[in-house]
Amino acid sequence: MSNATSIPPTITTTASALAGATAAGAAAEVAGAEAGAATRPAVPAGALGRPGGRSRGSTGSTGSTGSTRTTMVRALNTALRDALREDPDVHVLGEDVGTLGGVFRVTDGLAAEFGAHRCLDTPLAEAGILGIAVGMAMYGLRPVVEMQFDAFAYPAFEQLASHVAKMRNRTAGRVPLPITIRVPYGGGIGGVEHHSDSSEAYYVHTPGLHVVTPATVADCYGLLRAAIASDDPVVFLEPKRLYWSSEEFTPSAVPPIGRAVTRRHGNAATLITYGPSLPVCLQAADAAAAEGWDLAVVDLRSLVPFDDETVCAAVRATGRAVVVHEAAGFGGVGAEIAARVTERCFHHLAAPVLRVTGFDIPYPPPLLEHHYLPSVDRILDTVARLQWEQ
Amino acid sequence: MTILDASAAPGQTGPPSSHGPRRDPAPLLPDPEPVRVLGTDAAGEVDPGLLRELYRRLVLGRRFNQQATTLARQGSLAVYPASTGQEACQIAAAMVLRETDWLFPSYRDTLAVTARGVPPMDVLALMRGHTHCGYDPRLARTAPLSTPLATQACHAVGLAHAARLRAAADPAADREVVALALVGDGGTSEGDFHEALTFAGVLRAPVVFLVQNNGYAISVPLSRQTAAPTLAHKAVGYGVTGRLVDGNDAPAVHAVLSEAVEHARAGHGPVLVEAITYRLDAHTSADDATRYRAQGEVDAWRAHDPVTRLERHLRETGQLDDTGVATVTRAAEEFAARMRAQVAQAAQVPAPDPRTLFAHVYAEPTSQLREQAAELAARLEADLDGDLDVRPDSGPNARPDVHPDARGDLAAAEPAAGPGTRSDLS
Ligand SMILES: Cc1ncc(C[n+]2csc(CCOP(=O)(O)OP(=O)(O)O)c2C)c(N)n1
Ligand SMILES: [Mg+2]
Repeated sequence: MSNATSIPPTITTTASALAGATAAGAAAEVAGAEAGAATRPAVPAGALGRPGGRSRGSTGSTGSTGSTRTTMVRALNTALRDALREDPDVHVLGEDVGTLGGVFRVTDGLAAEFGAHRCLDTPLAEAGILGIAVGMAMYGLRPVVEMQFDAFAYPAFEQLASHVAKMRNRTAGRVPLPITIRVPYGGGIGGVEHHSDSSEAYYVHTPGLHVVTPATVADCYGLLRAAIASDDPVVFLEPKRLYWSSEEFTPSAVPPIGRAVTRRHGNAATLITYGPSLPVCLQAADAAAAEGWDLAVVDLRSLVPFDDETVCAAVRATGRAVVVHEAAGFGGVGAEIAARVTERCFHHLAAPVLRVTGFDIPYPPPLLEHHYLPSVDRILDTVARLQWEQ
Repeated sequence: MTILDASAAPGQTGPPSSHGPRRDPAPLLPDPEPVRVLGTDAAGEVDPGLLRELYRRLVLGRRFNQQATTLARQGSLAVYPASTGQEACQIAAAMVLRETDWLFPSYRDTLAVTARGVPPMDVLALMRGHTHCGYDPRLARTAPLSTPLATQACHAVGLAHAARLRAAADPAADREVVALALVGDGGTSEGDFHEALTFAGVLRAPVVFLVQNNGYAISVPLSRQTAAPTLAHKAVGYGVTGRLVDGNDAPAVHAVLSEAVEHARAGHGPVLVEAITYRLDAHTSADDATRYRAQGEVDAWRAHDPVTRLERHLRETGQLDDTGVATVTRAAEEFAARMRAQVAQAAQVPAPDPRTLFAHVYAEPTSQLREQAAELAARLEADLDGDLDVRPDSGPNARPDVHPDARGDLAAAEPAAGPGTRSDLS
């Protein structure tokens, strides 16, 4: 696997094993550890996939107008291209983002179109990349940083926690830092270790950061535009296993950061989720519907700011809630959501808020990751435990 | 393609095994001995006006350090990390910059920020407990004091890079902006220092790093910090020019730093200057230096005090007499008296309104922050937490709203810093 053109143009739930192996190839390219990843057994259906059913088509959108099927990677690329075109202060920087177009090809063609200085191949130094972005933003530019993988953003954590998150506050609003930090995150791609972390809890626990995680192609475009336009720093978590999912998509209105959306209405129980777990929840809801249970599914889209209003309305409508995410459960985002929902909706609840999350272990190796990831079965089993017998 | 693209583009020109151009390290290497001016023939060639100005500012700077240390002992400052003994570095760092340049200080560099023209009360706001940064970094073109060591070095590179991008794209932007980052000897062991130099070298950013090697990182001596030949040699591995200077020789520091800044400004690439100096006081007002260094060592360095060395030179060459010394000393005492008065005035002013705690976390507070702000506001209105909002009339929380008299006496006679931070220097 050496470039994106060998990635099959479609991915469907039935082809999930192939899609997983393909994404793993991209991961392995960076990790230099192809063995095993590309040849691993199929993960169970449901661990991979995309929202909105099984239709398929070409990925081939190019321009930023006209509705056609578009991959998530392409939508992100279009968002960056449009932002670079519209605002000369926008600068993309990161490892391999220039000539190569990024290991996931999200920055494909940008250096050629806008110049190497607008889409800068940086030295391999994440703290430096983010630290340089801080200085650029202090001078009034709008940097968009790519962290190559979730776990490789950790070297930049001091810059993030001590400066990016705090600069506006410590200067009494005089120095905002409009930096977007793009992080491909999460597992399900058959990646070797350090390529599948879900690091959102670190970020949401750091006041001063916005934390956004889209799950659909349209949101990838819209929310990335919103993140770049924001005068606050935004950690933009891209669910890498959905990178090659595709949708009918027209770049259009930019949704506000901080609004969740109910993807599916239902009256039995409410699944609250985000990012890579959205397709799994939708599949679980499909499966439940086949048995006569109507599950609502809320896609948070933004973890900070958190949309209490939409979440609580959706929970009150059913009286039962399950939070689903890939990251380890202990001290995770699901714990915060369960607490918030309980504080606000206690008298509407017929059962405790339950969670389906990754186990409290380091992310497992490729052959075992399907045991760790929230699955349709685990979600449905958890829904079944919501004290229906009363 | 612009020059900016070219500087970032791969330069594979050699045979297959060479991986790009190799550079001769010789021009990057520091001199074996630190550059000195005082006590050498070069001293006679220094502009007498510059020497007098350096002397005046060094004396005021020393007094600033003493006064702030006293204020910390009295409890008016939460803590004070003095740069006593390092005044030549602090003053020169501010003097070599243009108004459009940027300074990136570390936590010890309050004197350099004051010398750049920021009012002392605003510089000390961090230590007065009132706010994290008491000045407007964009007006003063001075970053907030950075406590996470060496992180500011990366910011300096990024800002210098951005200024060059802006200048290329926007005819109205400031031209030839240079960023000067101040780092300690201990800070050079941090990863961010290494990454800053890596980026500076690759981007050929107009940035200068001044490492004040005062021999210690809190208690840890340089010998435990690095095995490098000198800290200036660290530059070479990154393709950055290294310079070594006697940090207690004010005209030498001024000359080497000026040269470095102009080198960077002219597009010749970044420079790392190591200034060898000594921290005569303890690490901070809360530190006991006798636990890790001998009094004899301190006394030996006192003989190389940057203030007395410059004074001796000026007296020996007939450029300063008792009257001159008395004039500068009086100015320093007046400066210290104003600092005391401003702190006393600050003691009359209530602490900032706690409701402001939520104001600048984001451009717009989130609904969660609005809820928390409302909860605190309700407690304040019900006075549930005592007289939170009318406290205190002393201690580090106190601050005056206005202090028209508080302009930086240490700033240059001619405006050298951003608007609003002008000097009223007599
Ligand atoms: C990243 C980080 N680690 C540790 C500290 C705690 N600390 C504050 S000052 C200091 C010593 C710094 O030594 P040096 O860089 O030589 O500067 P100096 O204090 O001598 O001016 C330490 C360890 C810190 N502020 N930041
Ligand atoms: Mg030191």
